[in-house]
Amino acid sequence: MDQSLLTVDNLHVRFRTPIGDVHAVRGVSFSIDRGQVLGLVGETGCGKSVTGRSILGLVPHPGEITEGHITFDGQNLLGLSEREMHQVRGERIAMIFQDPATALNPVFTIGQQIIPVMKHHGVAAGAELKQRAIRLLDDVGLPDPASMMDVYPHQLSGGMQQRAMIAMALSSDPQLLIADEPTTALDVTIQAQILDLLISLQRSHNISVLLITHNLGIIAETCQRVVVLYAGQVAEQGEVRSIFHQPQHPYTQGLLAALPNPGSRGSDLKMIGGFVPSGLDPEPGCAFAPRCEFAMDVCTRRQPPLYEVGPGQRAACFLHDEAEGQEA
Amino acid sequence: MSTTRESVLVEVKNLTMEFARRDGQLGGQEQRIRALDNVSLDVVRGETLGVVGESGCGKTTLGRCLLRLLTPVAGEVIFDGRDILALSLSSLRPLRREMQMVFQNPFSSLNPRMNVLNLVAEPLRTHTELRREELAGRVEELLVEVGLSSEHLKRFPHQLSGGQAQRVALARALALNPRFLVLDEPTSALDVSVQAQIINLLLELQRRHGLTYLFISHDLGVVQHISDRIAVMYLGQIVEMAASEDIFSSPQHPYTQALLSSTPVPDPDRDRKRIILAGVVPSPANPPPGCRFHTRCPHVMDICHTEEPKVYPVGEGHWATCHLLDTA
Repeated sequence: MDQSLLTVDNLHVRFRTPIGDVHAVRGVSFSIDRGQVLGLVGETGCGKSVTGRSILGLVPHPGEITEGHITFDGQNLLGLSEREMHQVRGERIAMIFQDPATALNPVFTIGQQIIPVMKHHGVAAGAELKQRAIRLLDDVGLPDPASMMDVYPHQLSGGMQQRAMIAMALSSDPQLLIADEPTTALDVTIQAQILDLLISLQRSHNISVLLITHNLGIIAETCQRVVVLYAGQVAEQGEVRSIFHQPQHPYTQGLLAALPNPGSRGSDLKMIGGFVPSGLDPEPGCAFAPRCEFAMDVCTRRQPPLYEVGPGQRAACFLHDEAEGQEA
Repeated sequence: MSTTRESVLVEVKNLTMEFARRDGQLGGQEQRIRALDNVSLDVVRGETLGVVGESGCGKTTLGRCLLRLLTPVAGEVIFDGRDILALSLSSLRPLRREMQMVFQNPFSSLNPRMNVLNLVAEPLRTHTELRREELAGRVEELLVEVGLSSEHLKRFPHQLSGGQAQRVALARALALNPRFLVLDEPTSALDVSVQAQIINLLLELQRRHGLTYLFISHDLGVVQHISDRIAVMYLGQIVEMAASEDIFSSPQHPYTQALLSSTPVPDPDRDRKRIILAGVVPSPANPPPGCRFHTRCPHVMDICHTEEPKVYPVGEGHWATCHLLDTA
């Protein structure tokens, strides 16, 4: 059996807007192994959510995937019909979102929302449905799960709503869970509860998780591998430990240095000057070059490929090119 | 930090704030929600006092009461020797110049129909005699001060990035040369690299103008970076107060300890033994008796259910409200 469960290869997503085409994702490639937690990290507009949604064929209008392959468990997802995609979506790949209050339907009880999902995916039938639903709610740590079935979303706190979402996502035993900023709307003590729950469920169900977040702390504490996105492209990817200890791309280095940490009190934080490009008419060179303190001539002319910079670690930066790097 | 009477800029004594809420749609029972319960603190001239806590702990209410944007039901707020709660609105008006606020989301705090020139000029038109060239000159001066330039004058908020918009909000707040700024989550809506820019700017402005800050945030990393002292709030009360280093090196209240250990740290090698608090913050409409934290406290004792803990000093300028600290 192939080790990687999901492979995203050279993904391009474009949004057609009245002011021009926005290239939200430009050639992103990565893969997730079975049972692995992969982090997708980057700042607003880097394309991390669009990448996650592309996997499920949920790119919002007017976006479209213009190029690339997404292979899940040996199957090319981009070649599937909408009907076939239905079999994958929710059943083999599930997704949870940032704001559970908007992801849940406010006019139905938790039970009325979870049971049709289970029915649709044929995980159980008849009286067993309710039993299983209650067991799921129990698994995600909701107190008094039987009575939770009759509760409306607004009666639950944000953390409990997210637990209900996770129960629903896991109801069909998916192989991959895409979690898009699952704790961003929650308080930090509740965030700790939900991350803890996600990781323990990931282990007990042996599922793969694609965790999308802007928070480097969350990546460090929950993921094995990480992909750092910048302006719709992979800046760097590798094992979490090597990325955090030996970041090789100037953007990753800048991101890590910009975080306040104990011991830095009152001193100026290192900052990345300038701002993220808009995605309209991308420059021919490296997207980070205008903000990069090490930018060389070549950086504005060509896009850097991903260079092997360590065991399993790759960075898209000409500093690692043996010929070009000499210039610096 | 010594807190002699002269060094205190804002003195808060026994501040209590309540909001009324009607349950249900047809005028049900009126509930009193106590957002602040007997809060006392001093803000020393030239310092940054950080206020940290989760949603609903009363940190924003505290900031607003300090500027009398809300009128507390009891207590005193003494600004530079004058009780601002006892002043008439007309005698309060000149004092308003001395204290300003910056909000979390600049796109909702800035009027979308005003350009940068008018946004920054508005407080000057209201409070000063400056007109025309003088006014325009002062606006430009302020923009330069916050790292913008005259090229931004004609832009509207939607034409600015989040970081630029927050800089405009800061320029507005600084327009009248205030002495005291309440900064309510000023970087929470921003990306990490931009957050670093704004934090550095705040530190620089403080050095240059000798400003005093009340810095409200839910992000412990940011608060510790910028603050001299930190107040930790839970359910409308301050549960611990100490110098920034002490909060991090020897937190005394179990809530502070949990908050610290729940915060994800961008270091994959950190010991992951987290204190995960059970349950959620109880409703401030119906706070638990005794110690308000006892429903979630991992060290709860019998006495915590019935008796409210006193303030226990644990070191120089360091105190916490927890029965565990009662050595008698």
